[in-house]
Amino acid sequence: MTSERFFPDGMPQPLADAITLPFWQAASEHRLVVQRCTGCGHTRLPPAPICPSCRSGHSDWKEISGRGEVYTYTVVHRPIAAGQQLPFVIAIIALEDAGGVRMISNLVGVDPKHLSIGLPVELVWEDMSGELSIPRFRPASR
Amino acid sequence: MSRSRAHIVGVGETRYTRWGKIGDVTEHALACQAIQRAVADAGLSIDDVDGLASFADDRNEAVFLAAELGLPALRFGNMVWMPGGGGGCAAVANAAMAVETGQAEVVVVYRSLCQGQFFRFGSGATLAASPSDNPKPPTVQQANSLLLASMGFALPYGLAMAAAAYALPTRRHMHLYGTTGEQLGRIAVTFREHASRNPRAVMGGRPMTLEDHQASPMIADPHRLFDCCLESDGACAIVVTTAERGRDLAKRPVEILASEQGAPRGYAFGPFTNANIADEIYATGGTEELAGRLWGKAALGPDDVDVAQIYDHFTGCVLMQLEDYGFCKRGEGGPFVESGALSWHGGSLPTNTHGGSLSEAYIHGLNHVVEGVRSLRGESTSPVEGAQVCLVTSAACVPSSALLLGRR
Ligand SMILES: [Zn+2]
Repeated sequence: MTSERFFPDGMPQPLADAITLPFWQAASEHRLVVQRCTGCGHTRLPPAPICPSCRSGHSDWKEISGRGEVYTYTVVHRPIAAGQQLPFVIAIIALEDAGGVRMISNLVGVDPKHLSIGLPVELVWEDMSGELSIPRFRPASR
Repeated sequence: MSRSRAHIVGVGETRYTRWGKIGDVTEHALACQAIQRAVADAGLSIDDVDGLASFADDRNEAVFLAAELGLPALRFGNMVWMPGGGGGCAAVANAAMAVETGQAEVVVVYRSLCQGQFFRFGSGATLAASPSDNPKPPTVQQANSLLLASMGFALPYGLAMAAAAYALPTRRHMHLYGTTGEQLGRIAVTFREHASRNPRAVMGGRPMTLEDHQASPMIADPHRLFDCCLESDGACAIVVTTAERGRDLAKRPVEILASEQGAPRGYAFGPFTNANIADEIYATGGTEELAGRLWGKAALGPDDVDVAQIYDHFTGCVLMQLEDYGFCKRGEGGPFVESGALSWHGGSLPTNTHGGSLSEAYIHGLNHVVEGVRSLRGESTSPVEGAQVCLVTSAACVPSSALLLGRR
């Protein structure tokens, strides 16, 4: 059940503390989540201890579809890890059903020449190992 | 305002080189050299210095430098809590606060960088562990700081290099307003031309045309190599004291008319790790609010500025700051720089008269404060005649700071 691979094992690995770790635990189960304030419903990413809107310390996790569109991007021509395919695309994804939350990720399976802001995208999981999965995005199939 | 404001009375620097070229002197010895030169420029002695301030997590702690330099006493040791190059002007502001409130009388602000002795900024190595350190199989690692927990949402996607991070708001600026790579290039070419007259400039002898810029390799679109600042070794320093103390020194003091530092709501570390900066300010330098407070404090506006030293880690960040500070309208930074506004040769806003971080040296922008002082003293190698007000900014697209300097 190994996924398609886009980046080498040597990519920087996620760093997490107790507040942000649940995002990565959900990712390992191929669930993309954002943190949601149970006080006012405000969603946020990266996760944080207090809602910046109502200052409630209570929150849960909302699973989202992974549909969205490209908010901005950069085509990078320098590797961060050995064996990396170049160029690669870093993009900010405006997530569709996440209360306006955006996330940093990659666009895969796309010719950089055909990239544009506003491009509809969908989630694709890359299993870096049995316990680490990274959410990346590709042009939406429909 | 009844209380006298702080003044800058001395500036100095060591030699500036390409990164890794200063290997015969330690980074802290280099800091001491810059401090000694700035103090000498002021006509003061190290015996007069009772405060030290820096920023960007400078490795050369004030307590050790105070001992090495033989300061009679250290009364003020300050480190700005703003990331990286955003804190340069804030360090000067904090020194000013110290002398204005009697915490110290003579505070020297310094920044020393020997990238070859530690790491290259451009490699992103500060933030990403080297791949050989990565445990196998890949897994989630413990973040030992808030910054690293935040970087945890950037690094796994290969976002470890500043050139890529600040390409993101710049690309969106291009999308929203039609800004072009050629317009970014005009900024780099203009600053390189200014550097041609500056013997301190690392790139002083290396002219650049717009064609050269456009032919330089793409690093992180839209940033070509020549859109990215240098990586340098060197140190510089600024001496801050009270108006009273500054009156009879070697050179005419430069007044700190106003200073501001900080970040807008929810900004955190800026676009490097924060995808959720408010839409209205995503494609900006994040310094518009700060600029408004700065102008208000000094009762001055963009039209009053005779010369500017704008932090130039990347050309796009310069362009967005020009809009933040109101030198042109939002979205009009491209045509503004294309008009030649930043040029010493008749531009409406001669900018980075030393060549900036793109062409003089990358000393985390403290060299922009040094040049700001020189430009008001008439000591710049690209002098703006009769200049009375100079704006100096620190890094944008991160929490930032700025100074308005004045000559009476
Ligand atoms: Zn809330």
